Amino acid sequence: MTEPSPAPIEALKDKGPAAPPRSKWRDVWDQFRKHKGAMMGAFFLLLITFGVLVGPWLWTLDPQKLDIRAKDMRPIYTAIWDSTAKVGWNHPLGSDQLGRDNLAQLIAGGRASMAVGWAAMLLSLIIGTGVGVMAGFFKKLDGPLMRLTDLFLSLPILPLLLVAVTLFRQPLRANFGPEGGMFILIVTVVGITSWMPTARIVRGDILAIKEREFVLAARSIGTRPFQIIKRHLLPNVLSPIMVSATLGLATAIITESALSFLGVGFPSDFPTWGKMLADAVARMEDFPERVMLPGIAISLTVLGVNYLGDGLRDALDPRIRGR
Amino acid sequence: MTLKTLLLGAVATSVLAPAAFAERGADGHVNIIYWQAPSIMTPYLSGGTKDIEAASLVLEPLGRYTETGALVPFLATEIPTVENGGVSADLTSITWKLKEGLVWSDGSPVTSADVKFTADYCMHPEGGCAQLAKFTGVDSIDTPDDLTVVVNFSTPMPNPYGPFMGGQSPILQKAQFEQCLGANASSCTEANFYPIGTGPFVVDEFKPNDVISLSANPNFRDPAKPAFATATLKGGGDAESAARAVLQTGEFDYAWNLQLAPDVLASMSEGGTGTPVSAFGTLVERIEMNLTDPSPDLPEGERSTIAHPHPILSDFKVRKALSMAIDRALLTEIGYGQAGRPTCNLVPAPALYASDNEECLTQDLEGAKALLEEAGWTDTNGDGVREKDGMKLSLLYQTSTNAVRQDFQALIKDWWNQIGVETELRNVDSSVFFGGDPGSPDTFQKFYADVEMYANNFDGTDPQSYLSMYRCGNEPKPSSQWQGENINRFCDPEYDALLDELAQTGELSKRGEIAKKLNDMITKETMTIVPLVDRGRVSAHSNSLGGVILNTWDSELWNAADWYRIQ
Amino acid sequence: MLTYATRRLVLSIPTLLFISFVIFMLLQLAPGDPMAQVPLTVPPEVKEKMRQALGLGEPPLVQYWKWLVQTFWIEPKIFIDWLTRDSFLLGWLPDTALYQGELRVISWQTRSPVMDIVLQRIPQTLWVVGMSYIVGVLIALPIGIYSAYRQYSLFDQAGTFITMVGFSIPPFFTGPLLIVVFSVYLGWFPSIYDTTHVVNDWESFKYQLQQMIMPVMVLALQTTAQLSRYMRASMLDNLNQDYVRTARAKGLSEAIVVMVHVLRNSMIPVVTVIALGVPAIFGGAIITENVFKVNGIGQLLITALFANDLPMVMTLTFIFAFLIVLFNLIADVLYGLLDPRIRYD
Repeated sequence: MTEPSPAPIEALKDKGPAAPPRSKWRDVWDQFRKHKGAMMGAFFLLLITFGVLVGPWLWTLDPQKLDIRAKDMRPIYTAIWDSTAKVGWNHPLGSDQLGRDNLAQLIAGGRASMAVGWAAMLLSLIIGTGVGVMAGFFKKLDGPLMRLTDLFLSLPILPLLLVAVTLFRQPLRANFGPEGGMFILIVTVVGITSWMPTARIVRGDILAIKEREFVLAARSIGTRPFQIIKRHLLPNVLSPIMVSATLGLATAIITESALSFLGVGFPSDFPTWGKMLADAVARMEDFPERVMLPGIAISLTVLGVNYLGDGLRDALDPRIRGR
Repeated sequence: MTLKTLLLGAVATSVLAPAAFAERGADGHVNIIYWQAPSIMTPYLSGGTKDIEAASLVLEPLGRYTETGALVPFLATEIPTVENGGVSADLTSITWKLKEGLVWSDGSPVTSADVKFTADYCMHPEGGCAQLAKFTGVDSIDTPDDLTVVVNFSTPMPNPYGPFMGGQSPILQKAQFEQCLGANASSCTEANFYPIGTGPFVVDEFKPNDVISLSANPNFRDPAKPAFATATLKGGGDAESAARAVLQTGEFDYAWNLQLAPDVLASMSEGGTGTPVSAFGTLVERIEMNLTDPSPDLPEGERSTIAHPHPILSDFKVRKALSMAIDRALLTEIGYGQAGRPTCNLVPAPALYASDNEECLTQDLEGAKALLEEAGWTDTNGDGVREKDGMKLSLLYQTSTNAVRQDFQALIKDWWNQIGVETELRNVDSSVFFGGDPGSPDTFQKFYADVEMYANNFDGTDPQSYLSMYRCGNEPKPSSQWQGENINRFCDPEYDALLDELAQTGELSKRGEIAKKLNDMITKETMTIVPLVDRGRVSAHSNSLGGVILNTWDSELWNAADWYRIQ
Repeated sequence: MLTYATRRLVLSIPTLLFISFVIFMLLQLAPGDPMAQVPLTVPPEVKEKMRQALGLGEPPLVQYWKWLVQTFWIEPKIFIDWLTRDSFLLGWLPDTALYQGELRVISWQTRSPVMDIVLQRIPQTLWVVGMSYIVGVLIALPIGIYSAYRQYSLFDQAGTFITMVGFSIPPFFTGPLLIVVFSVYLGWFPSIYDTTHVVNDWESFKYQLQQMIMPVMVLALQTTAQLSRYMRASMLDNLNQDYVRTARAKGLSEAIVVMVHVLRNSMIPVVTVIALGVPAIFGGAIITENVFKVNGIGQLLITALFANDLPMVMTLTFIFAFLIVLFNLIADVLYGLLDPRIRYD
């Protein structure tokens, strides 16, 4: 009973704690820092976010201000190869066909696009992951939830949008103002029409993972279902969720611009990246910068999120961490 | 008198028809692109312009309008008038004479029975005919012989050229459509897609909403026409890519209705394979003022009804100031270029009916400000927006979604801001905006906004029914399911009295006088309607396609028989 | 698995009926008017008569019932008639002649049977959208697998960059861009798709390829981007699992380890995405079809939506819903085959 424990083998003996135990999040951060792509992604995202947030104070021109005499100006760099181009420091990135400043529009548009993109992406991710996990884990919920997903997948989007406008635009406009109300409407509409693929993908993965041994083990020691989901399932479906997030952000920014054609979007003089891009397509031969600028902005944001997601996923995976 | 000179003009243009070809089908193939795809080949079942124009290659009316708005006979020997005895002196009947020896594309003769049948087809109570308005007032149709048709009207018709005139009411073959009357119209797919006509082409293959393949009509009345043996009418896409196909890649010979910003069109036409052409009709882009209160605080059913006058726009001075702040020349330059003219008139053409009102053409921001001050709207708190009795001078400005309209909105908002008017913009998808769904808050009839912008025109050359839209009681209202044409909710007994007078008047110069007066009443005297631009039509044809005469009074393809390939 | 599949198949009938009802009510609720495209010169009274001629005055439930009967009773009869009369497979059977001229589902725009138009549109949709999907999948899978296997290699970085930029640039921009480059400046490909083109020899086949190549490229870019990301992520998850080490330790060749063990376990999200994409082929590609004027199902749906052609919209969305339910069922069955641990019963 009280047998003295055998003397520890010398080689296996701890030589005393060399360093205080490291917290998990510190490890995650260390791993994340090593990921060059992720750091670059984070840097660009921060830069863009900072730019659109602080930009209006640095570049004070009103993006909606018309200056018809200064319409169709080219960006300042055009002067390098074309000395006859209409350029000027008052519009460093040029102006559009009504003389609105491109830089100011890009900044203001970025605010709207980033806000809509992130909010709608998060909303669709939360709904999608929630439905997917529930359906995959609880057998009883699988049927109803997946049929609901089928239903949402089959609903034609255009009539759905028009119904949403008819029913909700007036109350939202009254409560949150024309732009705030529209923001809520757009985010909700994009969110609830794009969660279904995430739900299907997450459910598929959960179905497979919940039969693995470690889940069985967790179950056998009496772990509650929600703990199992939180501890064992969610971390294992993180990578498809990250991919959905990246793709979802791009889709949300583009979809927003399509909505304004239907009168569901922001007022027509309210710039967003998607709308700037759409408006400029007809003039892309004469004014390539007008498609390039918002296009590059969207691509950079999406790439940033993508690399950030990559790094985050690697950092959160204990098998990769510390290798 | 005037009509006679118009007719003389028509004769002159038909003499000018090119003589560059001599043989039917010698010039091969012609490609036409319509960015709205035709759905059906019978204009009676669809009022859509695209369908009417596609059908005009196959089906023909008794007479058409030329590019000047003059009348020219097609299947008839001449245009009946009071002078030549074709129209009775009391204006209650019109007698058409068919050309002799006319045959359908299947070889059977065209008779007056076909003409009478066409009227029966459209006037059938269950048919849902889109062109029923053309047959307004028709009492009966007699066919004394195979070549004579007499249309009797129940009341005197100063303009008897409704039925069988223009691309909207062509003649159908009785033998083909006999089984398609009324509710059976829908089951006649074969006849609706492959109508037998008298026009220069016959349909070989009809793919609805996609493409129509046509070939020359072997029985066309002019043995030397059409110059093309086959034709393709492709539909779909957007105006931009249609313009590109004609102006830059040269894949197509003719592109219809290119609503593009002038700078875009100009840079495309540098492509060198085609030329844009433009012509003017009666289409006017305008701002309509809501004379009733659209406030969302009012209970549903009372918003935008005559029960509540508009708190701001009921004042003439405000409406006048809003109009004065607009620089129409700049709008035209930016939005339409060669396809637009600044205008102050609701009826911009024909010359007989167009008022010489031009006072709105110069922008006057200072005058507008003074007028607002005079009306009691002053900026008391210095926020740049005028107030009166605690109410801000703030307007909701809606229109349909369309790149040019959004540019107009931005420009006009800017000017209005300068005179201290706050403006909120809204654009609505055109299928909702122009639809009459009483359940939607966004239709132009419901007008849940303070001002709205769109374009409208009238068929043919007579503006009577157009001006009659602004009659008291004709406004959209809940009791009429929000149907109605008096969009502004305008009501003036004097205007109505003048309309009645117009309906009684047959003499053309007198009619012109009354129409001008009506036009002035609704535009410059009350500023109920603020006209902006007289919009022309721009289409484009390839440099190798000859004989194109752009016509806004009838189908654009009205003279496709005369088209030829420039060698 | 078989009982599960059977149960799901039986269950899908009430599901589809319910979905069709929801779609119908949604379309009823949505604002819109089939007369919206009729010019303003046509007076409102005439428009009202036209609406009545289309049967719009009837109560919604009656309209729904009519649509159900036409779709599930009359259209199948026509299909059976066609099978026994004209088809190669069953043409030897006596003509059944079930169809007696009852009213079919009629489009409001064209006044012709909706099914005929849908059948007319399927070839170009399959040629262009279907082909682009196959191309997309065939490119995406190797890219995804190799990118994961050589994570952070130059190939992986380049692949990530191109696919993400490709995905974040919408087809309404890439389409016109390709047209400007390849049709206007280079003149290699036609900018307008000819739906009447018939392939009957080498020359016409070459033309068909030329007119397909741009829309296929635009669409395949989107598919490739999406699929290769999921493939890569899922492969990465599995490449570090213990069973992979075991397989390698057993001495299996690298090809077998990656292409059999890892790939099979990584397919679940990919199968899901592919299964979601196949119905989308039939849904057409609205923007791309419009830009290149391919006029397939996508263009049909969008014109019908803008014209508020409810019978057409209803039928197309229902076909779409049917395919979604079917392919999601197929995906669920495939999960079980890919991973035998998944049990539904």
